[in-house]
Amino acid sequence: MDKLLFSSVSKKFVMALAGLFLILFLPVHLFINFMLLKSDPQPFNEAARFMVSFPLIRIIEIVLIAAIIIHICYGIYIQIQNWMARPTRYAVSIKTKTSFFSKFMIWTGAAVFTFLIIHFFNFYFIRLGLAEGNPDDFYSVAHRLFKIPAYNYIYLVCFILLGLHLYHAIISAFQTLGLNHRFWTPVVKAFALIYAIVIPAGFAVISITIWLFR
Amino acid sequence: MVVQIENTRNMEKLNAHIPDGPLALKWTKYKASVKLVNPANKRKIDIIVVGTGVAGAAAASTLGELGYNVKTFSYHDTPRRAHSVASQGGINAAKNYRNDGDSVYRLFIDMIKGGDYRAREANVYRAAEVSNQVIDHFTALGVPFARDYGGTLNTRSFGGVQVSRTFYAKGQTGQQCLLASYASLNRQIKNGTVTMYPYREMLDLVVIDGRARGIIARNMISGEIERHSAHAVVLATGGYGTIFYLSTLAVNSNATAAWKSYKKGAFFANPSFVQIHPTSIPQMNEFQAKLTLMSESLRNDGRIWVPKEKGDKRPPNDIPENERDYYLERRYPAFGNLVPRDIASRAAKERCDAGYGVGPAGLSVYLDFRDALAKQGKKAIEEKYGNLFDMYKTITGTDPYTEPMRIYPAGHYTMGGLWVDYELMTTIPGLYAIGEANFADHGANRLGASSLMQIAADGYFILPVTINNYLAGQIKVPSIPVEGREFDEAEKSVKERLEKLVSIGGKQSATSFHKRLGKIMWDYCGMSRNEKGLLKALDLVKNLREEFWKDLRVPGSLKELNQELEKAARIADFLELADLLIADALFRKESCGAHFREEYQTADGETLRNDAEYTCVAAWEYAGEGKAPILHREELKFEEVEMKVRSYK
Amino acid sequence: MNLTLKIWRQKDAKSKGKFVTYKMADVSPEMSFLEMLDALNKKLVESGGDPVAFEHDCREGICGTCGMYINGHPHGPVPAVTTCMLSMRYFSDGDTITVEPWRAKPFPVIRDLIVDRSAMDKIQVAGGYISVNTGAAPDANSILVPKKNAEEAFDAAACIGCGACVAACKNASAMLFVSARISQYALLPQGRLEAKERVRAMVEKMDELGFGNCSNTGACEAECPKQVKLVNIARLNREYYKAY
Repeated sequence: MDKLLFSSVSKKFVMALAGLFLILFLPVHLFINFMLLKSDPQPFNEAARFMVSFPLIRIIEIVLIAAIIIHICYGIYIQIQNWMARPTRYAVSIKTKTSFFSKFMIWTGAAVFTFLIIHFFNFYFIRLGLAEGNPDDFYSVAHRLFKIPAYNYIYLVCFILLGLHLYHAIISAFQTLGLNHRFWTPVVKAFALIYAIVIPAGFAVISITIWLFR
Repeated sequence: MVVQIENTRNMEKLNAHIPDGPLALKWTKYKASVKLVNPANKRKIDIIVVGTGVAGAAAASTLGELGYNVKTFSYHDTPRRAHSVASQGGINAAKNYRNDGDSVYRLFIDMIKGGDYRAREANVYRAAEVSNQVIDHFTALGVPFARDYGGTLNTRSFGGVQVSRTFYAKGQTGQQCLLASYASLNRQIKNGTVTMYPYREMLDLVVIDGRARGIIARNMISGEIERHSAHAVVLATGGYGTIFYLSTLAVNSNATAAWKSYKKGAFFANPSFVQIHPTSIPQMNEFQAKLTLMSESLRNDGRIWVPKEKGDKRPPNDIPENERDYYLERRYPAFGNLVPRDIASRAAKERCDAGYGVGPAGLSVYLDFRDALAKQGKKAIEEKYGNLFDMYKTITGTDPYTEPMRIYPAGHYTMGGLWVDYELMTTIPGLYAIGEANFADHGANRLGASSLMQIAADGYFILPVTINNYLAGQIKVPSIPVEGREFDEAEKSVKERLEKLVSIGGKQSATSFHKRLGKIMWDYCGMSRNEKGLLKALDLVKNLREEFWKDLRVPGSLKELNQELEKAARIADFLELADLLIADALFRKESCGAHFREEYQTADGETLRNDAEYTCVAAWEYAGEGKAPILHREELKFEEVEMKVRSYK
Repeated sequence: MNLTLKIWRQKDAKSKGKFVTYKMADVSPEMSFLEMLDALNKKLVESGGDPVAFEHDCREGICGTCGMYINGHPHGPVPAVTTCMLSMRYFSDGDTITVEPWRAKPFPVIRDLIVDRSAMDKIQVAGGYISVNTGAAPDANSILVPKKNAEEAFDAAACIGCGACVAACKNASAMLFVSARISQYALLPQGRLEAKERVRAMVEKMDELGFGNCSNTGACEAECPKQVKLVNIARLNREYYKAY
C-alpha cells in the first residue's frame, strides 16, 4: 500500500487529480466574481450564500480544501525528494530548452498559496468568525479590498503567477494521467495556453475595473 | 628476422571431434548422444563467462537457466555496452518466410562459399541449422524486428546472396539483439543463478592440471587483482580488429583474454584472416580514434567512383560524367557495386595506391547517390538510408544528399580466433571460446549479417549443449579453491607485468604506440600482403615492441582506476599478437577471401587459392617467450560442397 | 582553434573534486569532442601529468558508454548526438568549455568524469525482460505484431542507456529511461503477459534508488541522443495505473 500511495508515479497521479479538480473550480469562482461588476450587490451575495448553504456544494467545498491540502503536501514532498536527488549541483546550470515555467512550479505554486492564505483570511475567516467583516456582504468586502492599490498589485501578480502555474499544470496533468496522444496532446497544449491566459485575465479584469472605474 | 614455421601435421592435438554421420544429421545425433548433468549436480558446478556481448550474455543466461552457477565478467559498467551493439545491418536465418527458395542447406552453401572454402563444413551447417531457432528466440525476447503490414517478420537482402533472409531492426539490429540477451541475463541475475562482475578485466587464465579452472581479473575501479575459480571457463571476448588501431571496432575492444589463453596453451587459428570493410568514413584527423562504418546496404543505391585523372582536385560535383571512373562497374560488370566486401575493399585500395584517390590525403573514393536521388527522389532515399546520411553529415559536416560521400576500407571483423573443436572447446580442456573470439564459421571471409547469427547461435544454442559433455565428468570435483599454487603464480605474473608497465617511466603514451603498430599492420598486413612487406613488418613490430618496453609512460599506480594502464596492458598484448598475425599471413602462400597475398593472384588481380596446399586451418601453439610458434594444421574436408573459384565478373 | 577547458577532476569517490583549467591549442574542427580530450590526455601523459578519466567505447553513438555534461547540456549543445559524435566544429575559437560529470544521487562520481550508473542496471534487473527460456520460443511468425507497434517499440528500444535523461532532468528523474524499457515490452504481445509485474517492480526499484520524480518538464526528451519521446512516459504511467 505504501508503495502504491507513495511511488513516484502515484504521487504524481494524486497531484494531477487534485490539481485538475482545483482547475475546474476556477471558472465557477470566476463566474461568481463577475457578479461583482454589477452595481447591485444582491446577486453576488446570494451566490456567495448559496455556495455556503447548498449541501452538495458544502461537500465539494470539503473536497476542495482536501484537494488543496493534498496538492500542497504532495507538491512539497515531491519537490524535496527532487532536490535530494541531485545533492551536488552543476557548476553551469542546465541550459536545456524546456517550457520555462515548468522548472518553477514549486515557486509559482507557493505564490498562489500565499495568495490563498490572504484570500482565506479576507473571506473564509470572516465566515468562520476568525476575522472581522460581515459574512452576508462579501460584495462590499471585495469592493473595499479592490479599492486598495497595494491589494490590487498583489492580486494581479498572483494571478499572473497562477497563469504560469496553470499552463504547465494542465499539460503536465494530462501527461501524468497517461493521456498523451498524437492529435489530442497539441490540442491540450493549446487549451492550456488559452485557459492559463483567460482565467487569470478574467479575475484581473474584475479587480482592475472595480479599482479604477467603480 | 624470419619466423620459423614448424610445419607439423600433428593431428592428435587437433581433433575437431566432428560427429559421424551425414552432415544434416550430425547436430541432431550429437545432441541425442551428448552426456548430461542432472539438475542437482548442476547447482554444484561453477562456470565463468568472460565477456557479455550477445554471445557471452546468451551463454551465461542459458547456463543460468539450466541451473549452473555462473559468474560473468565485463570490462564495461554494464553488459549492454559490448560491441555487439554496433552491428547494423541484420541477422541471417534460413526461415524461408519469403518463399524464395531459401533453406538451411542454401545458407550453409552461401557461408562456405562466402568464406572461400576455408571453414569447417560441420560447424557451418550447424550454424545455419540453428539460425532459425535464434530468430524465434530473439522474437520471443522482444526484439522489435521489422514487420510487414500483416504483422509477420520482414526481411531484406544482403551482399553476396540471392535470397532475402536478413531479419533487421532498422540499422540497429545488433543493439536490439544485445538488449535482448542483456535482458535474459538480467533475469538470471535476478534469479540468482548468474553473478555479474562489471568493471573487471580478465588478465590471465588459470590452468590447473591441464584444465581451465579460473581467471585472474583486475577490478578496474579499485585496481585490485582478483581470483575467480570455476569448473569451466567460457571466453566470449570478441575479436582483435583494433590491432589496426583505426578500425570500425569499439576502441576498448582487445585481444588480451584470448591472447593470455593462447599463452596458456590454447591454439590460435587463422589469425591473419581479418575482414576489411569497404565502406567506412575515412580518417579525418590525426587524433581520430576509430572509423565509423557506413552500412553495406548503401552499395545497393550508391555508385562508387574516382576521377579518371590522377590527382584531380576538383570538387566531385564539378567532375563531368565522362571523367569519372566507376571502377567496380568497370571491373565487375555482373555484380558491379555489390561485389563482396573483400573485393570492394581491395579495388578501392588499388585505385588509391595508383594515385586516383580523392580527399585531402588521396585516401578515399566517392560513394555517389546522385543518380539514385534523381531516379527515386529524395524521399525514397531518405526512407532507406536517412539515419546513415544523418550520421555521415554529423561526422563529416558534408551533406550526402548534395555531395557524394567519401569512403575508405577499414578493419572490421576477425574471422580468426581461438581454435575450437565442434564442441567450441579450445585445446585447453574446460576452456571454451564463443562468438567472434573463436575462429568459427566464417572461413576466410564473413558474409554480411552472419556474425549476429553465429554469436547468438554459439551462446544460446550450441555451447549450453556441448559444455555438458565436459561438465558431466566434473560433477565429483568440488568447488575449486583460489588459494592454490597455480592461482598464486598467475596472480604474481599479472602483477609483475602491470608493475613493469607503470615503472618504465618513458615518455610516450600507450596510444601513440598503438597508432604506430596499427600503421605497420595496416600497411603490411592489411588488405593486401606480400612476403617482403610481411618480413619488414616483423622487424618493425619487433623494434616497436622494444621501444614500447623502454619508452612507455603510464601515469598513476596499479591501485586505482587507471585507464592508461588498461590501454598499455592491451597494447603490450597486441604487440605480441602482431607477430602471430604476420606469421600466419606468411605461412599461407595463397590468396583466399580477405587474405590477399600479392604473389598469388590471377592475371586480372583476383585472389588465387591454392587448394592443394592450404585447404586447412592454421592453428598456432605458443612455444614460449621468444620462440617461434608451432603450427598445427587441421585439414579441411569438403564432402558436401564442391570447391570452386569465386567469380563476380 | 584555441580553447579553454574547465574540467571536473576528482581522484575517486571519496575525494573532493575541483575544476582544473586547461588550455588547448590548435584544435581541429574535424575532431570529435572525445578526440579533443584524447589530444589533451596525450599532452598530459607525455608531459608527466595525470590524464582526465572519461568513459567511451564504440565512438559511433550506439553503446551509450560516453557522456559528460558540457556547457550546461548532457552530451553538449548539439541535439540528438552523444558526446563521441559531438563535432568540435560546433565550437568557436576562444570558447571556454566547462565539462562536468553527470550529477545525480544515484550516479556517484567514480573518478573525474566517470560516474557509477549501475542504478540503471538494477532497474532493468528488477523486471526489464520477458521470461522465456532458451529453447522455449514458438516459431517467430506465430507472434504477430502490428507494424506500427513494432516501429513504436523500436523507437523506445533505441534508448542506449547513457543516462543523459537523468543528467538533464532538474529532478534527476529516470522516467524516460524506465519508460523506454516499459514501452518496448508494453507494445509487443510477447511483453504483455508480465506487464503488470514489470512496471511495478521497475518503478519501485527506480524510487528506491533515489531518482527524482518526473515533473514533465521535457528536458530528458530534449537532450536524449536517441530522441526517445515523452509519449513513453505517459505510456509508463498508464501501464502503472493498469497494474493496480
